Amino acid sequence: MKDQLLTGVFHLLIIALMAGLYFILPEYHSGVLARVMVLAVYAMGYNILFGYTGLLSLGHALFFATGMYGLGLAMQHLDVTPSIGILCGLGAAVVVSAVIGFLALRTTGVAFMIVTLMFAQAGYLIILWLGEYTRGDEGFVIQQSQRVLNGVDLSQPDNRYFAALILFAISLLLIGWVVRSGFGKTLVAIRENEERARMLGYNVHRHKWLAVIISGVLAGAAGAAYALLFGYVGATFATVQYSIFPLLYVLLGGAGTTIGPLIGTVFMYYLIDLSSQITSAYLLIAGVALILLTLFAPQGLAGELRKRVFRWLP
Amino acid sequence: MEFGPHFFLASLEGAVNAAVLALMAVGLSIVFGIMRVVNVAHGEFFMLGAVIAWWISTLAGGHPAVGFLFALIAAPLIVGAIAAAADHFVLRRINYDPERTIVATIGLLYVLQQTTLMTFGPEARPVEAPFNKRLALPWFEKTADGFSMYWPWGLSTTSYKLAVIAAAVIILIGLWLFMTRSRIGLIMRATQLDREMALAHGIPVDKVYALVFGLGAGIAALAAVLIVPIQQAHYLMGHDPLLLSFIVVIIGGLGSIPGTIVAAIFIGMSDGIISVFFSPTVAKIIATLLVAFVLIFRPQGLFGKRSA
Repeated sequence: MKDQLLTGVFHLLIIALMAGLYFILPEYHSGVLARVMVLAVYAMGYNILFGYTGLLSLGHALFFATGMYGLGLAMQHLDVTPSIGILCGLGAAVVVSAVIGFLALRTTGVAFMIVTLMFAQAGYLIILWLGEYTRGDEGFVIQQSQRVLNGVDLSQPDNRYFAALILFAISLLLIGWVVRSGFGKTLVAIRENEERARMLGYNVHRHKWLAVIISGVLAGAAGAAYALLFGYVGATFATVQYSIFPLLYVLLGGAGTTIGPLIGTVFMYYLIDLSSQITSAYLLIAGVALILLTLFAPQGLAGELRKRVFRWLP
Repeated sequence: MEFGPHFFLASLEGAVNAAVLALMAVGLSIVFGIMRVVNVAHGEFFMLGAVIAWWISTLAGGHPAVGFLFALIAAPLIVGAIAAAADHFVLRRINYDPERTIVATIGLLYVLQQTTLMTFGPEARPVEAPFNKRLALPWFEKTADGFSMYWPWGLSTTSYKLAVIAAAVIILIGLWLFMTRSRIGLIMRATQLDREMALAHGIPVDKVYALVFGLGAGIAALAAVLIVPIQQAHYLMGHDPLLLSFIVVIIGGLGSIPGTIVAAIFIGMSDGIISVFFSPTVAKIIATLLVAFVLIFRPQGLFGKRSA
């Protein structure tokens, strides 16, 4: 109980900090931060599966893109309101992650990674194949006039920032609650020793499946929010690269910590942003970071902090 | 063109595909079989082979065959050395832990690809084939008075394409002899069977692993040198062959070399043929889904035996 309270207070402080930053930072950086918060939600979803359950997926772009296209296609072709669009995106993410999870969880380890990679690749190719509706690589723009949620114009920088913050806050509090609950602790038990968790009578398969769905829905929510807040839907977001990004964010920030995904996303986003001003080969940074992290800091920034300083970090 | 000659032409293109794919996939398969390492950077070793071939052939000048011959020898050696170094400095240090290895090789993928982008540039660059004679091919037609031979317009191939197929067959046979008949091959197979026991018998497993990783990458580079006169060198060219060779290795049964070759011929041919008659995107969607379902329902591969 004390744990729950401490985690909650800590997360509220983080949210307050993010809200405060909007008033301090210049406009460019608050714009970046809005994007970072949406991507951090994506990474937080990824972290549920990778950090807490120990399942490394190489195909999360599929869930991100499902949320994005679920909202985008519904708004573009069916002319629905943004709130219905969000429901379409989330609904599509639930269905896709439930099906993919059900199938992919029949495998473990390396096979799981390749199966998720292949499903994501198939998803990307299907988006290209249905170019008539999705406009393939080119993508499509959601008009500014459509991006009004309950009278709030989400294309305005301040509205956009706080919309991203609300999504981020809900996700962070939700995750804080999940990982401190019995369910979250069982996930960690599965990560640490799957056989033992099974012996203790836990339904390992069902727990993993639920973890995939929670993870996929958070990724889908991030995808839908990205489309709505930034007004663009494109096949780039379904490529392998977008499956690697959350892995990178989580590894850098610290897998299995609630705050890690945010830290990792902030660092990586600025690192790539700065280096892309110098060279077009900005992904080099991503590659070097991945190698160095696996070699020297498999726990990530927040993980190292937890190991050395703050033992209580959720 | 009628269906018959068209299909024949498509199968010829498919055979060139299959030959190169078989080499790529066997490289990946050896590394997986012996080291239990999934090398995501394999496609980049292929790309490096092509880029180095371009570099050597422009340096050499003179008759294109001179540069090509140099490239055929030097590119696999250079790429193999790079791979062996990567094994020594990165993979060995993380103890070949399966998941961390994949993350590290993804990192390696970006490092190799982006470094090439910075130095070689984003253009696709051609390499001239050492010989390239156009050969018209005949087709048989049933007429009133039995079969007659004629030369349909457009049905042709080049001597170089046929040479690629022949070279791939020779290399694969050589590799098979190397693995089954040579002492180093024996040591590699011993390491594959039981790493601990090999270590106990004084086999320097670290060196064997570096050699295997280098060998796998070198074969990919060799495949690239063979294909680059047909395809041009480009810094993103490793992506599709990587995916296809993953597909081949999985369908052929992880780590099984004969299975890999059979699957490479099957996938390479059908990819070539399907892409001629249908949209290549559909062919790829079918192939990727096939892999996913093979892994889910038949993890030993379509041709592999269920292991104990």
